[in-house]
Amino acid sequence: MMTQDVWEVIWLSLQVTTVSVLIGMLLGIPTGTFLGLYTFRGKRLVVALIYTCMGLPPVLVGVVVYMLLSRYGPLGALGLLFTPEAMIIAQIVLVTPILAGLTMSAVQAKERAYWETAKSLGASPVQMMLTIVKEARGGIWSGVAAAYGRAISEVGAVMLVGGNIEHHTRVMTTAIILETRTGNFTAGLQLGLVLLAISFLFNSFLMAGVLNQMRNGRR
Amino acid sequence: MKVARTVSSFFLLSLVLLLAACSSTPSLSTATQQVPAPEASPPASQPAPAPAPSAENKEIVLATTTSTQDSGLLDALLPEFQKQSGITVKVIAVGTGQAIKLGEEGNSDVLLVHSRKAEEEFVTKGFGINAYDVMYNQFYIVGPADDPAGIKDVQSAKDAMSRIAEKQASFVSRGDDSGTDKKEKSIWSEAQIKPEGSWYISSGQGMGETLQMADEKRAYTLTDEATFLSRKLNLEVLVQGDKSLLNPYGIIQVKSSTKPEEGMQLIQFFTGEIGQKLIGEFGKETYGKGLFVPDAKKR
Repeated sequence: MMTQDVWEVIWLSLQVTTVSVLIGMLLGIPTGTFLGLYTFRGKRLVVALIYTCMGLPPVLVGVVVYMLLSRYGPLGALGLLFTPEAMIIAQIVLVTPILAGLTMSAVQAKERAYWETAKSLGASPVQMMLTIVKEARGGIWSGVAAAYGRAISEVGAVMLVGGNIEHHTRVMTTAIILETRTGNFTAGLQLGLVLLAISFLFNSFLMAGVLNQMRNGRR
Repeated sequence: MKVARTVSSFFLLSLVLLLAACSSTPSLSTATQQVPAPEASPPASQPAPAPAPSAENKEIVLATTTSTQDSGLLDALLPEFQKQSGITVKVIAVGTGQAIKLGEEGNSDVLLVHSRKAEEEFVTKGFGINAYDVMYNQFYIVGPADDPAGIKDVQSAKDAMSRIAEKQASFVSRGDDSGTDKKEKSIWSEAQIKPEGSWYISSGQGMGETLQMADEKRAYTLTDEATFLSRKLNLEVLVQGDKSLLNPYGIIQVKSSTKPEEGMQLIQFFTGEIGQKLIGEFGKETYGKGLFVPDAKKR
């Protein structure tokens, strides 16, 4: 594999993962906050569903998204199959439950301490939610880290819906599979180490930030 | 201090991951080497003809292409071989490129592959001995029924591919260094075309996935007959029968194999009367015609 191609593959991995995690955050964090703060009929079921979906098999998500986007499927007219967009859709399905679930636990942990205070100070529901999210940010960030790690190292779904097309939908994980299949174990291993390094950097960066914030918050 | 602890636990975690990553790669080789060598490999001086099937568990590793596995050919042949010889064949079905690599690294005993050039190289480099032709099948150029590049009436594969490139009609390539991929590349180079651009899609996946992608994208592709017939897709055979679309399979013994005798038995089975007959009959029931044409001979 040539160096230029390697950068291209790494760059696409980062793009797809970042976009999906960002969209997943927009969907998952409000959902998780809501679930953490309010009780309603059927909440248990919703929570059970979210916890189940946190462990969704990526390949299953891949098959379902594939069938939806296939030219012979309901959304076939969009022509999205085998594009980076399709990979992002699959990744969003995978990371949103993680973000929602971990946000929910983080919010629940802080709820009691801050809810009453905020309320007694006359905060509106939106203000109260924002306050709680701010207080629970440590837990939420670790949710983001978990989601990012899951998305960037995921292979089954992106292989199915992205198709591993060179210069178009080939990401690090699918490139590793291809290199291994063609007998280039060294190249596969090298890419795997890059993947590991990115995960490590991202997590340390995130965790350092979180710990810093927590310490500042305590002061 | 908390930071330090967290950081060190990260290091630990990454170390564990690293170890896991390292140990997972060579797992192929450990899987193949765990076969107890001593009892299973009698000295090579013993006569080659098959000894009576004994109770002892003899195993060899056959590295082959996905096409022989996916088409079901091996399922038709290997049980018969095992019944005859008492040897269990462990199949590793990968692309031709990886299959040959497995042979070079001594991780398989016999190769059944289809890339004549790579096979000859394998033998001349001293990695393989006893190379035989086994059978051949056909490649097709398939594409959407409306045939946007108009290759239906073209006789030769070379001209058909030139026309696809000229019209910049979408073409899905395996791009995985497999036998089919090598065949496709050889036709491009015969036509003196360097395929590139957005119309040329390199899937980096197996034949089944590549066909599916061609179907989804209304694109052309080069496929082996067996895989194509085993899928129901809205693609049509547009070019066939050209000499350059024939696909010969070879069976080769890995020189460094610790079980040369068992390996030779397998080769003799594939190239012998029963094996050849089974190969010729394979697929007739399901597809109305045999998928492989037996043509065993020593090279």
